Amino acid sequence: MTQSAITTTALTKRFGNFIATNAITFDVAQGEIFGFLGANGAGKTTAMRMLCGLLRPSSGEARVAGFDIYTQTEKIKQRIGYMSQKFSLYEDLTVKENIRFYGGIYGLSNRQIRDKTADLLQRLSLEQEGNMLVKALPLGWKQKLAFSIAVIHDPSIVFLDEPTGGVDPITRRQFWDLIYESAAKGVTIFVTTHYMDEAEYCNRISIMVDGKIKALDTPAALKKQYGADTMNEVFLQLARAKS
Amino acid sequence: MRTIFFILQKEFLQIFRNKSMLPIIFVVPVVQLLVLAFATNYEIRNLSIDIVDHDGGNWSQQLKGKLLSSGYFTLNRQTTDKAAFDDLEANTADLILTIPRHFERDLVRGNEAKVQLLVNAINGSKAGLAAGYAQSILGDFNRRIRMEWLALDEDDAPSHFDTSFRYWFNPGLNYKFFMVPGILVVLVTLIGAFLSGMNIVKEKEMGTIEQLNVTPIRKFHFIIGKLLPFWIIALFELAFGLMVGKLVFNLPFAGSLGWIFLFAAVYLLVMLGLGLLISTFTETQQQAMFITWFFLIICILMSGLFTPIESMPGWAQHITQFNPVAYFVKVIRMVMLKGSGWVDIRQYLFIMIAFAAVLNAVAVWNYRKTA
Repeated sequence: MTQSAITTTALTKRFGNFIATNAITFDVAQGEIFGFLGANGAGKTTAMRMLCGLLRPSSGEARVAGFDIYTQTEKIKQRIGYMSQKFSLYEDLTVKENIRFYGGIYGLSNRQIRDKTADLLQRLSLEQEGNMLVKALPLGWKQKLAFSIAVIHDPSIVFLDEPTGGVDPITRRQFWDLIYESAAKGVTIFVTTHYMDEAEYCNRISIMVDGKIKALDTPAALKKQYGADTMNEVFLQLARAKS
Repeated sequence: MRTIFFILQKEFLQIFRNKSMLPIIFVVPVVQLLVLAFATNYEIRNLSIDIVDHDGGNWSQQLKGKLLSSGYFTLNRQTTDKAAFDDLEANTADLILTIPRHFERDLVRGNEAKVQLLVNAINGSKAGLAAGYAQSILGDFNRRIRMEWLALDEDDAPSHFDTSFRYWFNPGLNYKFFMVPGILVVLVTLIGAFLSGMNIVKEKEMGTIEQLNVTPIRKFHFIIGKLLPFWIIALFELAFGLMVGKLVFNLPFAGSLGWIFLFAAVYLLVMLGLGLLISTFTETQQQAMFITWFFLIICILMSGLFTPIESMPGWAQHITQFNPVAYFVKVIRMVMLKGSGWVDIRQYLFIMIAFAAVLNAVAVWNYRKTA
């Protein structure tokens, strides 16, 4: 394995008495697709927000793309892409205007923006829809567009927070094709999901329960360890053990 | 700098794509100016009067004629005491003039002749004006009788003052000249404080702010990119409103427009700062709107736009010292009607700069803390 994309050591976030993320420690290798699983409220989003520099940790250490998450958040932001569960494009802008805006604020030149726009529309087969308002697009297309825009500045790591919520299975499959494409280019993918079939697509997954990481391994190894046929069973065993 | 350019471009696209935005910019000011300027008129005409004439003589006829030809009063009806009182109660009459029996006789004999004036004071300022008009007409009538009818010589006439008025800075006492600049202030205020705050909160509501927070956009870029469009739009709005004022009301421009725009430019920083501050502690556009409205309604009502600050109670006058709207209303009237220049407005400008600095500092500080 090459240099780690993300390393955390005992990363913790407290909100008053409540410990949302309890001393989690893990490593994500560059180019890896890392699945970050857990029931609702297990602390996934909190952990992800800390790694993106949106939230200051209470204690613990973490480095993202080689930068410290306490002191170098601005550098981190330059190197990461992020797509949240809440749809994050501007619905009242066209597809092209959204691409231009996000390209612009990541410091792409006009020429780069033009090339990226053409390339992106072509890859998503959205050439006809370039001048359509984003709100007119079907949800699945929006999600694919949001992902493509999240990686428009060629980040070394992309954080995806439940990117495929509410999307049909075919579009989800296409979405994962996009993820594989990016991963093949060496981009690290850090993804949370509730779909266990998607968990199987990951190189390694961690399962969080009540703020702690309860399991971390490849899907195959986890299934073997828990004597389960599917990731679904693994997940239920872990999540139920706690509740 | 380039980041700001991209944010500005996006903002303008969104602002002008919003279907309600163009009407807000072009229709609202025209409607407000036309409706409010004509409606908010302190001069009261056509007060409806009931006359109860128990005398019926030549002199009471003359008195009535003088009253009704003044242009301020229209005769509701000439009737009896009781009916007139009913009219007052039913609000069909604003005032009752009662001319007693023997009015003419008392007058001729040189005795004291009395008339009674009853004023409906439900609307206090209207009642005051009605009484004032009627009194000055009666006084005038009184004097003329003494002078002419009693055939006194000039020398024998009781000495009296004749006061001659001249209204400076607004010779025709044209209320529109007075109101229109003030209404323009309100327009600029609404755009500055309302639209800017709501625009920022909209990003929170849509969740796009989260996305922006993970990009390398700096807070300072974001704030400038968000506020600058409304600064430009509001100044444009002011220019547009002044143009409408000139064309429709033939508004006087005694002073230099430059001072007005200079002051407006700083004043807008205060209002944008207010919008920004409110956006830092609200989550939805609705909350932002209510809170902004709460502040603005107080600021506007206490700005001296509708009621003079000088007639407010002392504690309220002290409060207006912290009301930016009051300063702008004052300055725009001073410059437009009186032709005030730098020396006259500079102290207000400095106060405004201080407001802008404090409010924006608090807003930015609060913004950093929360986001």
